[in-house]
Amino acid sequence: MTQSRIDSRFASLRAQNRPAFVTFVMAGDPDEATADAILAGLPAAGADVIELGMPFSDPMADGVAIQQAGRRALAAGMTLEKTLAMVERFRRTDTETPMILMGYYNPIYIYGVDRFVADARSAGVDGMIVVDLPAEEDDELCLPAIAAGLSFIRLTTPTTDAARLARVLENTSGFVYYVSMTGITGAEIKNRDAVGDAVRAIKAHTDLPVAVGFGIKTPEDAALIGRDADGVVVGSALVAAVEASLSDGKATDATPGAVHSLAAKLSQGAKSARS
Amino acid sequence: MSQVKINSLRQGPDENGRFGLYGGRFVAETLMPLILDLEKSYNAAQDDPEFHAEMDDLRTHFAGRPSPLYFAERMSAELGGARLFFKREDLNHTGSHKLNNCIGQILLARRMGKTRIIAETGAGQHGVATATVCARFGLPCTVFMGATDVERQMPNVLRMRMLGAEVRPVTAGAGTLKDAMNEALRDWVTNVDTTYYLIGTAAGPHPYPRMVRDFQKVIGEEIRAQMMEAEGRLPDAVVACIGGGSNAIGTFHDFLDEPGVALYGTEAAGYGLDVDNGHAASMAGGSPGVLHGNRTYLLQDADGQIREGHSISAGLDYPGVGPEHAFLRDSGRVTYVPITDQQALDAFMACTRFEGIIPALESAHGLAYAMELVPTLSPEAIVVLCLSGRGDKDVESVGRRLGMGN
Repeated sequence: MTQSRIDSRFASLRAQNRPAFVTFVMAGDPDEATADAILAGLPAAGADVIELGMPFSDPMADGVAIQQAGRRALAAGMTLEKTLAMVERFRRTDTETPMILMGYYNPIYIYGVDRFVADARSAGVDGMIVVDLPAEEDDELCLPAIAAGLSFIRLTTPTTDAARLARVLENTSGFVYYVSMTGITGAEIKNRDAVGDAVRAIKAHTDLPVAVGFGIKTPEDAALIGRDADGVVVGSALVAAVEASLSDGKATDATPGAVHSLAAKLSQGAKSARS
Repeated sequence: MSQVKINSLRQGPDENGRFGLYGGRFVAETLMPLILDLEKSYNAAQDDPEFHAEMDDLRTHFAGRPSPLYFAERMSAELGGARLFFKREDLNHTGSHKLNNCIGQILLARRMGKTRIIAETGAGQHGVATATVCARFGLPCTVFMGATDVERQMPNVLRMRMLGAEVRPVTAGAGTLKDAMNEALRDWVTNVDTTYYLIGTAAGPHPYPRMVRDFQKVIGEEIRAQMMEAEGRLPDAVVACIGGGSNAIGTFHDFLDEPGVALYGTEAAGYGLDVDNGHAASMAGGSPGVLHGNRTYLLQDADGQIREGHSISAGLDYPGVGPEHAFLRDSGRVTYVPITDQQALDAFMACTRFEGIIPALESAHGLAYAMELVPTLSPEAIVVLCLSGRGDKDVESVGRRLGMGN
């Protein structure tokens, strides 16, 4: 297999000795056209890797900010098919930035697993994170995705002990996503030192890059976590910026810029992590 | 009790928590180690005579089991046809079958050293039962309940608060059981070290569907023993209502390998199956999907987004169903029938007036089908309905609907 966009991106950042700045935004939030504009401007705002949320009615692992983002997107008519179309449009102008879909299994299951991996691949998706598919359910989507040449990025958490880690890493590709806490997206990181220890512990078991997410909200957070992690993921803060820019629930001219300027600041934090 | 046979329908789930296509462990990694640990603890408890002794003692002296099997003489005479019996789970302590499961799980939580209990509730029956066992064992308890349900089941909210539980109204979505379960899962993932999630129905990730069924199957086992003693034979048909389906699986399980016993589960058809998003019949009006840790029949749209559904009964107002029911439906062993709000209301009033028993609106869905079935059978036939709960919690909303408040 040729080297994936994810692999090349992390390799080139490693050469620069800086962590990847990974941004999460919700597909179709607050509407498709605005979401297109947000997505298109993220690389210029410093995003090294993009996670695109697939909205779901029942996001069990998400805090209020991402719940609301999903609700806005669904209310505006977003579907999985339209999410894939967004990726395809993004790829017309950007062939370098890794694009990872993140969400829950049911919409994929209903779309059809085989059809989904084929369509995702041809749209220009590089990998996926599916929160409610643990290693025990690898037959469902993980193995078909890998067979189609897509990365399946797995979450590891503070509850994943050393014995379990091997199982979790077994079919993980692209990078490992370490969840900084036991909790939902957007919550507070209670113990930042423990995050660094955990990243080092995971790296002892794998050559894959380790990105850290959940609870990273400021450039200072990004700088601190980025010392040990190969990537820092920011999601809730960015979708909260979408929300704050709305007027009567609708996008304004300021919406894409609000997300991009916050992303640029956070990206500076990540870039300064090891300088 | 019958032996488990080869080709038995009573052998599920497999080691991966599957009942055929259904079930499984569709949860976030944070919860996965805990779920594996729960399974191990549950298996150990099952093999420990002390666990069973403690559970039996609580069933007898705290819950008041066995619950009576009651001949509904006036209703049988009025309907004409088979004789109708009620399995009186409404006489259980706390007023429903829910306590059976809570007793089992609270003992398990204690064995696992958990110090805090959370639960979701729809009608509030499971919330009350959970708050009750938490009071009994001195454990702090938080119950998540949809804001809509808090309003329509206020008596149960007050009971939970009196028992010392914190009731957290959930405003997301339609403010019903599905949203309460999402919020409970979010709390659990946040407090996974200390907290035991006491799921109230035979759904969720493995091992919950199996565990809840095992704690509820006492219902069917007692029906068998009581029927053999009273009539010297098994019933011809057994009927129970289905939300998640814990009373129904508990009622059916002992009879799955008895081909002579017809089994009927009733789903909430709300305003009618033909009304868009107007019912909660996930099997009659849904399709297989993945939610809340398991694959099962769900109410969902073409994009896999979960719909809210509707039922007059807060306990049945859930867009999914336990995975074992999904399996039993596909296998054809159990017949699932939709019952509308109006049919349930009619049955509610019939039971109240003819038998002097106010049933829960949930149980009235089962009764409505029993009332259809009984006249089609001969006088020698016997039908048993699981009267899963009492209706005190519903008198206000039913009274209002029937204009009795003036």
